[in-house]
Amino acid sequence: MSQEQYIYAVARIRSKELALLDKSVFEQLLSCKDYKECLRILAEKGWGTSADETAEEILLSEREKTWTLMRELVEDMSVFDTFLYEIDFHNLKAAIKQVYTSHEFDNIYLNNGIIEVETIYDAIKNHDFSELPEYMQKSAEEAYDIQMHTGDGQLCDVILDKATLDTIYKKGKETGNSLFSEYAELRVVIADINIAIRGAKTGKGLEFYEKALAECDSLDIKQLTEAALTGVEEIYEYLKTTVYADAVEVIEESPSSFERWCDNLIIKHIQPQKYNPVSISPLAAYILARENEIKSVRILLSGKLNNLSESVIRERLRDMYV
Amino acid sequence: MDNYGIVFALAGAILAALLSGIGSAKGVGMGGEAAAGVITEDPSKFGKVLILQLLPGTQGIYGLLIAFITLSQIGVLGGKSDMSLAVGLLYFGACMPMAFVGYYSAVKQARASVASIAVVAKKPDQFGKAMIFSAMVETYAILALLISVLAIVGIGSLNI
Repeated sequence: MSQEQYIYAVARIRSKELALLDKSVFEQLLSCKDYKECLRILAEKGWGTSADETAEEILLSEREKTWTLMRELVEDMSVFDTFLYEIDFHNLKAAIKQVYTSHEFDNIYLNNGIIEVETIYDAIKNHDFSELPEYMQKSAEEAYDIQMHTGDGQLCDVILDKATLDTIYKKGKETGNSLFSEYAELRVVIADINIAIRGAKTGKGLEFYEKALAECDSLDIKQLTEAALTGVEEIYEYLKTTVYADAVEVIEESPSSFERWCDNLIIKHIQPQKYNPVSISPLAAYILARENEIKSVRILLSGKLNNLSESVIRERLRDMYV
Repeated sequence: MDNYGIVFALAGAILAALLSGIGSAKGVGMGGEAAAGVITEDPSKFGKVLILQLLPGTQGIYGLLIAFITLSQIGVLGGKSDMSLAVGLLYFGACMPMAFVGYYSAVKQARASVASIAVVAKKPDQFGKAMIFSAMVETYAILALLISVLAIVGIGSLNI
């Protein structure tokens, strides 16, 4: 698709970026006396659609606003598929669990995926995986069989999580767009580091790493597996030899610091899109910036709701795109 | 073969207007798209983005000017249009700076304008600086215009 097709969209996104919450707004929110005052400030900034919404409803409506804007700006929404595979695989996981337990659960599915939730649910319920896209069929069948025959929910999740990462990586690289490609790489790297650390801490065996770790360019999965089998310290030593050496310090600090570092890394990679006047990349960067903003607001609101101190909330907040 | 002089001269005039016009149409179109994007969110910026949109439009006017001068010089608009092949080729060559530089500078200026419109969208007070980036590209269109005008006018006084 010609880059010039996105000139209008990028110009609109530049105006929209003015409404993104910056550091000063987060400072204002942090200094609020309580949770309700935070909601009031967010409402003043145009967050939410009505005055009587709960925090979760506000965050959901903000997410919906982003996707509504994208649907308005982009004719073929498949350009954003790299961001949406995760939603589909989550819904697939939820559908398998729902069919397995034969129970109706509320709010277990996510909106704005590529495939309709009903399609995924029907495919699982009718055991007809041909209704699913090709990249999902094999892993869906495997995960379904394991869940149904062994009841091993964890293994079912491991298979689908790896399938998610493999799909994001493969499709992200196939786009030929540097932002999607970098995003796919980082998503896989972050997940692999997490899997290796958790696996090493819980003493997982080789079979687990073979099933869970996904291939990527900037990490050697074989070396990471060997390190994870030896112990956490070995993982740190291996990471120090990669471009992710900075991660070691934050992983040692705490899991939440590492999560923050991961989100900040993605934001750091998309920052140059603020100066890109054409192509789909600034739109994709805006989506990630909004997701990051919503995540930070969620952290802040739950911190305020649980009366956490300002410093505790502050150290969990993500870097902003603007 | 001697009669082909006028054919080349006319072709040069047409190409100057044609390529510069295409470049400007493309450029103003790109600028317009970006401007419309900004106006959708903030209509108060109309005046500023309109100026940036119009900047790549000047090449089309320069091309028209070159075509007009050439047509007058070669007698298409009235007068005698007999000329040798050599003179015709000279007119053709004289029109080329405007034709090519006009096209490319309009397209490149449009890219700069689109980027400048993005600057205005976020920082309207920086409009002056943003406009300069785009206006810098104009220099080369003006240089091409100047050389084409000098060449076209000069050909008449050559003793060929």
